[in-house]
Amino acid sequence: MTTNGNSGPAEPLLQIRGLRIEGQSQEIWQEIVKGIDLTLQRGEILGLIGESGAGKSTIGLAALAFARGGCRITGGEVIFDGEDLLKLPERRRRAYRGKRIAYVAQSAAAAFNPAHRLIDQYIETAVTHGVMSEKQARQEAVELYRQLQLPDPETFGQRYPHQVSGGQLQRAMVATAMACKPDLLVFDEPTTALDVTTQIEVLAAIKDTVRKYDTAAIYITHDLAVVAQLADRIMVLRYGELVEEGNTRELLENPRKSYTRKLLAVRGLRKDEERGETSLLTISNISAAYARSAMVLRDVSIRVPEGRTVAVVGESGSGKSTLARVITGLLPPLEGSISLRDQVLPATLSARNKDTLRRVQMIYQLPDTALNPRQRVRDIIGRPLQFYLGLTGRKRRERVKELLEMTELDERYLDRYPAELSGGQKQRVCIARALAAEPDLIICDEVTSALDQLVAEHVLRLLLRLQRELKVSYLFITHDLATVNAIADDVVVMCEGRIVEQGPKTEVFTPPHEDYTQILLDSVPEMDPDWLDRVLEERKTVPAA
Amino acid sequence: MNKVLVMVAQRIALGLLTLFVVSAIIFLAVELLPGDIATEILGQTATPETVAAIRRELGLDQPAYIRYFEWLLGVVQGDFGRSLATDREITELIGARLLNTLFLALVAAAVSVPLAIGLGVMAALYRNSTFDRSVNIFTLSAISMPEFFIAYMLILFFAVRIGWFPSLSKVDLDQPLFDRLYAVALPAVTLTLVIVAHIMRMTRATIINLMSSPFIEMATLKGLPPWRIVVRHALPNAWAPIVNVVVINLAYLISGVVVVEVVFVYPGLGQLMVDSVVKRDLPVVQACSLIFAATYIVLNLTADILSIVSNPRLLHPR
Repeated sequence: MTTNGNSGPAEPLLQIRGLRIEGQSQEIWQEIVKGIDLTLQRGEILGLIGESGAGKSTIGLAALAFARGGCRITGGEVIFDGEDLLKLPERRRRAYRGKRIAYVAQSAAAAFNPAHRLIDQYIETAVTHGVMSEKQARQEAVELYRQLQLPDPETFGQRYPHQVSGGQLQRAMVATAMACKPDLLVFDEPTTALDVTTQIEVLAAIKDTVRKYDTAAIYITHDLAVVAQLADRIMVLRYGELVEEGNTRELLENPRKSYTRKLLAVRGLRKDEERGETSLLTISNISAAYARSAMVLRDVSIRVPEGRTVAVVGESGSGKSTLARVITGLLPPLEGSISLRDQVLPATLSARNKDTLRRVQMIYQLPDTALNPRQRVRDIIGRPLQFYLGLTGRKRRERVKELLEMTELDERYLDRYPAELSGGQKQRVCIARALAAEPDLIICDEVTSALDQLVAEHVLRLLLRLQRELKVSYLFITHDLATVNAIADDVVVMCEGRIVEQGPKTEVFTPPHEDYTQILLDSVPEMDPDWLDRVLEERKTVPAA
Repeated sequence: MNKVLVMVAQRIALGLLTLFVVSAIIFLAVELLPGDIATEILGQTATPETVAAIRRELGLDQPAYIRYFEWLLGVVQGDFGRSLATDREITELIGARLLNTLFLALVAAAVSVPLAIGLGVMAALYRNSTFDRSVNIFTLSAISMPEFFIAYMLILFFAVRIGWFPSLSKVDLDQPLFDRLYAVALPAVTLTLVIVAHIMRMTRATIINLMSSPFIEMATLKGLPPWRIVVRHALPNAWAPIVNVVVINLAYLISGVVVVEVVFVYPGLGQLMVDSVVKRDLPVVQACSLIFAATYIVLNLTADILSIVSNPRLLHPR
């Protein structure tokens, strides 16, 4: 892939030297990128990997000589094709952006303007930069849409962003970025927000396109397995500094630094499954729908044993979160019943008494929105103690401290506001709040999806330990099969509101599978640079699975 | 598309209901006003017999709710009754006045709305610059002064000192267009100064708010020039709030002009209403109030509908 066929050392396409960037938090400027050097040859793909806060997106944007609001570039050089972009005035930087260096954002749904058709957002780059006429841009768009395997490439561009699916939108953004056939593409976590089955399509499309046009790329992600499929070379970053850099295969086979080794091992956590005899939660033949829309859940039956974890797996739109809403009583089902131990739960929230409410607690995907930003940790955890158990005063204070200890949080966080905690800490507070009610069942809705992988692993370990100690049951909703492996005893695979397959984890995950389970399992990226090619090859040879 | 039609139909039905409620409130309020038209017409020296006769003639001896429904029935057919003071058809009396008010509002709106949105866009584009600050200071100062003060200041300078414009805005329907525009220049400028600030600041704030969206960052990273980012990427997403504030101000142009019309002795609806209140010509007051209320409701309805229609998610469903 690397084009070093030319005689002599070719001048690199992009050379970043001693890049320093500061970010402002609470009125104080702090260095978030601390002297990064980066070299990229023409046609080469470089992976930037690290957890949030590593500064990878900031570095990616700096390649376009752009700093987000609240950030400023304080030092270094960004030499693109022989010119230091940082020395250019804004007006001349614009001549590079979009035309020679293009950007693909994490969330296409947010990065496309909702008010314009996709084609209009495609052609404007090429036309504004004077690269080609509108007519020519329209023709090329169709070609690129076809190349990226978008449906009906001739008319695809006539749609508005909200009219296409997430995976299609992400590919449409790759097409839009390719409009001027740039020399360099910056991909900023382009598949992170997608389901595994969609991710594989987008990855394949990106790989094909970059190969076909021999475009150099910087690929930013927190997922080592994803970047391994594309990158020639990988840079591991942490806290704005380089941890290590190397050829993809060498780095995966022979990581030199312990941090890299941790990242490599991140999906290794696995719980040995146990059978549960007595049922805690029994969901029988539930069907549910939102007002005046099609059925979201159809005839769903699940049994959650005491002290065990049942993982509900499926893509977005499969009805997983709706199931949680039905169990908690937020959405009364149209048919079927739910019982906890031997007691049938009333369908609606208002018909349940305080004790029933107490026994089923919930932890959400985004702790940022699940915690009241105006309440201190003390009050967030103390509220359910008072509401459900009537604890006040000293007893309440003591219990809050105990709960913090259980969730491995220090006492000094008691008086902090959520904004003063990290993502992982916030999720621990959410766990502590759920535990405060002393529930029998905790519904965990994608609780680790928004966290960095290492942090997520710590949270999973915490949940496992709490289950051992407190014998609480989890209904664990997730789209990530590594998480399932880490925490589940039983697995329920859902697709379009129906249960496709369910049973003990090992049974569901060993062949023979249902077709859908097979697709889901195949789509999980592996830490092997050849994985993507192999899977795509297999899919070609097995016609239309 | 069907969904949009249903929503629009709902809004219209709601608007009609509001109008009905408002008509009842207007009637009740006028009913509660102190004083009696019969004694007003006949003067203090009238005998009780003549007063009673007049009341019977005007239908004032009927119970209030019957008079209300008779009035409402007339209004629906376009008949507002007769003026008590002049005994002319109210429809006829109001017709020309309403056209004058609409003309003034139209002129003021044609100047102020594009001006305000343009200034708002420019202020957002060059935010925190000297230009931005000056526009803010100027428009805020204008809105902080009472409108009659602005009106008299304009008269003092442009009519009395320099003598460019007339201080009295005399118009009639037979005047050529240019003469009419000339006559309404000062009241139109007064109204413009009053409403520009709202619209301009809302435009500015909405656009600045949108400027932190990911799709604006994307537009920047496509290398688009700033004006294009604001006009093509921010503005289309800012329509809903801007349309709302524009419409509220348009409604003010029609129903809030009373003071300005009085200052410039402009023969509009507001002036007619003030005169009628003085003369206790209650049917005319009722008719004017109802027209003002209807204007508010229709314009707000328009704003609602425009917000719905400017949302691509509703206009182009999946």
